Amino acid sequence: MALRDLSSSLSSSSSPELHVLAVDDSFVDRKVIERLLKISACKVTTVESGTRALQYLGLDGDNGSSGLKDLKVNLIVTDYSMPGLTGYELLKKIKESSALREIPVVIMSSENIQPRIEQCMIEGAEEFLLKPVKLADVKRLKELIMRGGEAEEGKTKKLSPKRILQNDIDSSPSSSSTSSSSSSHDVSSLDDDTPSSKRIKLESRG
Amino acid sequence: MDALIAQLQRQFRDYTISLYQQGFLDDQFTELKKLQDDGSPDFVSEVLSLFFEDCVKLISNMARALDTTGTVDFSQVGASVHQLKGSSSSVGAKRVKTLCVSFKECCEAKNYEGCVRCLQQVDIEYKALKTKLQDMFNLEKQIIQAGGIVPQVDIN
Repeated sequence: MALRDLSSSLSSSSSPELHVLAVDDSFVDRKVIERLLKISACKVTTVESGTRALQYLGLDGDNGSSGLKDLKVNLIVTDYSMPGLTGYELLKKIKESSALREIPVVIMSSENIQPRIEQCMIEGAEEFLLKPVKLADVKRLKELIMRGGEAEEGKTKKLSPKRILQNDIDSSPSSSSTSSSSSSHDVSSLDDDTPSSKRIKLESRG
Repeated sequence: MDALIAQLQRQFRDYTISLYQQGFLDDQFTELKKLQDDGSPDFVSEVLSLFFEDCVKLISNMARALDTTGTVDFSQVGASVHQLKGSSSSVGAKRVKTLCVSFKECCEAKNYEGCVRCLQQVDIEYKALKTKLQDMFNLEKQIIQAGGIVPQVDIN
């Protein structure tokens, strides 16, 4: 059996590696988001709370912003509902910090609550992802961040929640799963050594 | 040997499909399988183990909060239910997730009898899922031991 290293083959084909800080209080969810990001060729650091995230970023009070330049976190992905500092509060702290505000922040939540989503976008969130997060979401997110940067400058970001994922938020589960299966195709085909004729198709009855 | 592998593979496919058909699993479980590769060959069973640990911990928290002679703190029960709903949704444990939705409604309505009933059901349901998945992982192991490849089962 040939050994396939999916992540290295993906990273060689694309530009510099993204370093993502993932924040979630659920161990299961941290494990899943870590794997989602790693298989998408990102470098991942996970922490279990907003407070830990701020410590990691060097924003926990007296330390000031020392050591920040070595961190090079390109993206922060955080759960919304966490004990202690919520994802929303973490977002606000990051956007209030002159040293950190350029880092895109993505909020994840299992609950589709419109005012919550709008509030996060107004505070400068890059995107709002509904949980459970899928491979297709991460892929799209990565593309967005990669080509972000220059387009952001000079724009008034506030009050323009342009990047809410309409697909995920407005549509039924069936249509969002259609879109995810099509856009994640290249990865799943890499990861698949079963001929398609051998696969079993089945109508979902659920 | 080949006949044995083929038979195990068929058994594995049928069994996996039955778990989706009976509503034990949903699409998210398929998503997890996509994340498993040579770099992380035991990813699915590792995440599921974490999930079952969560079940034990959260269900005992709920039981403790409901088993009181004084006033039940429904928001405390609800917080545990919310966490269980999240992790069951992340691993594709469909029946557990569905039960958590009703359980949460009972908490919000401060319906004590409803909460106790949901707690019992959720306890039965996660244990049933655990047994089913152990059977599935055992079949995978047998296929690999026989020198075969675990077939990918697509549920559309």
